[in-house]
Amino acid sequence: MTDKSPNIDQRVHGASLIEDTSSRILRIVGWIIYAVVIVALLFAPNYLGSYGLYLLSFWAVTTIAVQGLNLTMGYAGKVSLAQASFMGIGAYTSTLLVQKAGISFWIGLAIAALVCTAIGALIGFPALRVKGHYLAFVTLGFNELVILVLRNEDQWTNGPLGILGITRPSIFGFSLFEADRFYYFCMIMLSLVSLAMWYMIRSPWGRAFKALRDNPNRAESLGLSTTTYTLIAFAIGSGLAGIAGVIHAPMVEFIDPQSFGLHRSLIFLLMLMSGGRGTLAGPFIGSFFVILLPEWLRFTEDYYLIIFSIFVMVLIIFFPQGVAGIGPYLQKRFSNASKKGKE
Amino acid sequence: MAIFTQLLIAGIATGAIYALIAVGFSLLWQTSETINFAQGEFVMFSGFVILAVMGYFDVNVIPAFLIALPITLLLFGFLFKTLLVSPLIKYSDFPLVIATIGLGILLKEGAKEIWGANALRFPDVVPDQILKFAGIRASVADLATLGIAIFIIIGLQLFLNRTFIGRSMEATAQNPDVARILGIDVDRMILYTFLINAALVTVAALLITPAYLAKFSNGETLGLLAFMAAIVGGFNQVRGALMGGFLIGVLENLGAFYISTQYRTAFPIILLILVVLFKPEGIFGRAEERRV
Repeated sequence: MTDKSPNIDQRVHGASLIEDTSSRILRIVGWIIYAVVIVALLFAPNYLGSYGLYLLSFWAVTTIAVQGLNLTMGYAGKVSLAQASFMGIGAYTSTLLVQKAGISFWIGLAIAALVCTAIGALIGFPALRVKGHYLAFVTLGFNELVILVLRNEDQWTNGPLGILGITRPSIFGFSLFEADRFYYFCMIMLSLVSLAMWYMIRSPWGRAFKALRDNPNRAESLGLSTTTYTLIAFAIGSGLAGIAGVIHAPMVEFIDPQSFGLHRSLIFLLMLMSGGRGTLAGPFIGSFFVILLPEWLRFTEDYYLIIFSIFVMVLIIFFPQGVAGIGPYLQKRFSNASKKGKE
Repeated sequence: MAIFTQLLIAGIATGAIYALIAVGFSLLWQTSETINFAQGEFVMFSGFVILAVMGYFDVNVIPAFLIALPITLLLFGFLFKTLLVSPLIKYSDFPLVIATIGLGILLKEGAKEIWGANALRFPDVVPDQILKFAGIRASVADLATLGIAIFIIIGLQLFLNRTFIGRSMEATAQNPDVARILGIDVDRMILYTFLINAALVTVAALLITPAYLAKFSNGETLGLLAFMAAIVGGFNQVRGALMGGFLIGVLENLGAFYISTQYRTAFPIILLILVVLFKPEGIFGRAEERRV
């Protein structure tokens, strides 16, 4: 027995060396991609017209909403089908505060984010006490309820026609009306949310999330309360959707109930799933697939969503972790193969 | 009072259709823990398939239904099970949930591309006459719908409780591991529930599309109503889904008439949230019970 152990040691050591190099290469490739994307986004206004910038702003707003969903679904492991309705609540709250009460956009932003977080906590509380996918059904109903209210309370929301002529805000007298300025505003918001996200995931608090997702029984035995953490994740996720909604309104300069319907919530889920749930890059990739990619694939016309939904199903069957999960998967395959080769 | 009774009958009739959809939904959940978010789209798409068959073979609605049935059994029973559910069942239920959501969007967008965005007329299965009896008015279509739905559900119950295959399916639902040890082909039983579900959604499509008209976006509402029926009644058993369907249908009809038409879907949603809050196992369900 004893003379075998060094042999095993060697083998493990050899495998981990290969794993190290492959993961280092992957990491370097990852950093290069990040750098290229960031530089390209910084200089985008020099090369793109207002339509291109609008699309990129749209991508940024969508990414913020999907990042919120990522907290609920990717880290806390619960399906939520109300992300679009929280976006709607955020958009309508801030727009009405600005238009009817004359409050500054920035205060409206803060209030809308808080309102969405609070409603998220209120909805999540009953649904998360029960095991299983009750959150999915309660949020499904909630999304429908929000649309009903937006459509029918027309003295406030102008009903199905929606609210036109939403003005873009200014900050310290600096107007964000021009496409390039609003684009930079969206990018700054996206960066702030992403940094907050990155910080949250790395904090002890975020590690608790991961522990709950990966092994809820063990995490609970260590004294973490699943319900509380999941509830907090869902509430913050809803708040982020609210922020996305607040930016969405002046970006499109128009809001109507239909844009925040269940369909949108479902698409958000597919975005996150295809991009990679539980990863920082996932929401960026997922919203890229749905917002930006169709522009290059114009020839697909109306068939794009059909192609995308088939793509997602096939992707899930082969890579249940989404596109962001392909890198780690290949790495694992590679190191497994090298282990097998040594044996 | 006459109006109330009339609304009640109409509510029970639509509720019976919701129950058909909800029963299929809980069957899939029971045997394979598949939460099928495409259930409403299955109904919507089956309606279009029936219409397409009517146009293609130039037949009436009932023969068209009989020709459409094998098509939907193949699509939503066999192919759904083999292509999507079987490869994903080995993961947690999570990827499967997302995959059915993807399938729902595929069916919805597909129907929109194939048959257009406008609502298409769907012929009545039973002529829509009004019967008057002791001051109560009831539509023949409603009564026939109710009769058909109840007949199917009782038949299904008898099949599950009295036949060997039905009891094997029940065993699969209660404990797949033990069922396997007892020599039951669990995978085949799961396939049977998918086929039954496909048949149920096709019947539901036949009964509900005359009222809803055939439209690509119907699936959202129908799916939501079926989920609510299943959860309100008790996710874990067929009887619960049936009662839940009735309850949702009646609540929707009475609420629409007496309180607000615009908010007709809001009443079942509020009931759903109350049930999840106070009795998550469903009004007619018992906690931790698993039966087909």
